[in-house]
Amino acid sequence: MSAGVRLEHCGKTFPDGTRALEPITLEVGEGETVVLLGPSGCGKTTTLRIIAGLEQPDPGGRVLFAGEDVTAVPIERRNVGMVFQSYALFPNMNVAENIAYGLKIRGVRAAERSARVAELVALTGIEGLERRHIDQLSGGQRQRVALARAVAIRPRVLLLDEPLTALDAALRERLRGELNRLLRTLGITAVYVTHDQAEAMTLGDRVVVMSKGAIAQIGTPKEVYFKPASRFVAEFIGAANIVEGVAAAGRLSLPGGVLPLVNSGAVGPVSVMIRPEAISIVAPSESTCCGVVESVSFLGDRQRLNVSGVATRPITAEVANSFDVKVGEQVGVSIHPQAIRLLPGEER
Amino acid sequence: MRERLLFAAQLAFTLFVAAFLIVPALLSMLAGVTVNYFRGIASGFTLQWVVTVWSLYADTIARSLLIALGTLTVTLMIGVPAAYALHVRGGRASRLIEEIITLPLAIPGLAIALALLLSYGGVSAFRLSSLFILAGHVVFTLPFMVRSVMAVFASIDVKTLDESAASLGASAWRRFRDVIVPNATPGILAGSLMVVTLSLGEFNLTWMLHTPLTKTLPVGLADSYASMRLEVASAYTLVFFVMIIPLLVAMQLFADRATRTGAPRVGA
Repeated sequence: MSAGVRLEHCGKTFPDGTRALEPITLEVGEGETVVLLGPSGCGKTTTLRIIAGLEQPDPGGRVLFAGEDVTAVPIERRNVGMVFQSYALFPNMNVAENIAYGLKIRGVRAAERSARVAELVALTGIEGLERRHIDQLSGGQRQRVALARAVAIRPRVLLLDEPLTALDAALRERLRGELNRLLRTLGITAVYVTHDQAEAMTLGDRVVVMSKGAIAQIGTPKEVYFKPASRFVAEFIGAANIVEGVAAAGRLSLPGGVLPLVNSGAVGPVSVMIRPEAISIVAPSESTCCGVVESVSFLGDRQRLNVSGVATRPITAEVANSFDVKVGEQVGVSIHPQAIRLLPGEER
Repeated sequence: MRERLLFAAQLAFTLFVAAFLIVPALLSMLAGVTVNYFRGIASGFTLQWVVTVWSLYADTIARSLLIALGTLTVTLMIGVPAAYALHVRGGRASRLIEEIITLPLAIPGLAIALALLLSYGGVSAFRLSSLFILAGHVVFTLPFMVRSVMAVFASIDVKTLDESAASLGASAWRRFRDVIVPNATPGILAGSLMVVTLSLGEFNLTWMLHTPLTKTLPVGLADSYASMRLEVASAYTLVFFVMIIPLLVAMQLFADRATRTGAPRVGA
């Protein structure tokens, strides 16, 4: 048994009959950060709440912390740290009192409490705010207090439910970096729920992509990005061209020509995924697959092209911002065989 | 032109309020200190009616205050946890219970009193004590407490606060004490003010439930109107105002201050 968290066959059906979660099995290693990623209603928050003890799994499901069955243990005795999307800071207490609350419940002496609060205030960079009231804090400050409060009790697992969603984009990006550093510093076992794939990529040792109450794929950020297990994963994470073609003898036949495939035994109609940045634009004479540039969007750091004629639908390619290309131009596409990913089955 | 019209409307409204609210109240209180109401102020001023009221009805004043305080205690003890449970549980059953609690507002007080008499009137020790009136007042005022506390709960996402306190290890009782009650203070104060006011002024129910030995202030007032000189009844009104107004003002000030400075802190 691992020292982290293990869910065994945890499903969730609500009293009204809604199936929020198919029975899933999931393991989070000690000190590992696992991100549950998916669109709203995919079951990620339900999974988090089952780990927390805020929801009971359907009969047959078990939750284990370090091998110990905690399924029947209520949340207040599970020793979990939780950060909510709304932060749920106590408005009747100041910052220091909020952070110390879990310690106070545990009967930790006042002197020890204030030492721990000072430590966490420094760690989360909110020095000087200890006596402030919650309504005197900015969104970013509240987020830090919520994190400090959850970590103060030295939880067995830290659970974060979309902790950055309530913040504006610039702040979100900065806090993402800070959060990443903090999770590594603490070496804490963490489960992080988000619908933002950039957050998932940055923070997750592993990412669990969820869809319709089931796990679509578990893997490292690179695995889910480069080797999506399904069309859903490919399209949910990053931009993806999904192209239909016919595979034969290590080649993929498309309306615009043929492209080489790797060690593929695949024969017949297939769906493949190609990331926009994996497509190189070359002269038609240098390519076995050609198309016509439909549109060019200059994005500053790069350019996005729409190329028709290659596949049944126009494909998107991203090229360097200095690349000289015009609408209506006949171009060839070159794609490394490794970057053409066969999608198993059509599951949408 | 429009400004003048507005001014005229405001003046009319003010005069209307004065004519039907302030003037009658003042006249009534004035009557309580006149020697002979029918001869008017010319007959001179006296405190003899007030003294009469005090000697005849002092016990009703004390009883009213005690019943109001008792009603407040019971509604706090039942109403606040009930509001918490109803809010956190949610669902159809909770809404049904909320409706049932609110029912006494729609039913005439006389009907409630009659129902109480039919059900428990036979238990004579209970029937003869002030507790019988207290029970009626609790039934009548409970929805005000529950509703105003629930309104606050709805505005502060108490469910997530509760969950976050639970995640930090707090038992249901600690959560209720440390997080729920302090953050519901504005609602609790507003509800308390309402409960005390309603209990002190309640007549319908109380008139049916009282015995000659358990008269409350409003019942005593009715009694004096029915059986005494008009001046005595008026002096009674005066006593009522003198007793109640400072109490209500004090409660209002307290509630305002507590709401303005935020909910009281939990001792660190």
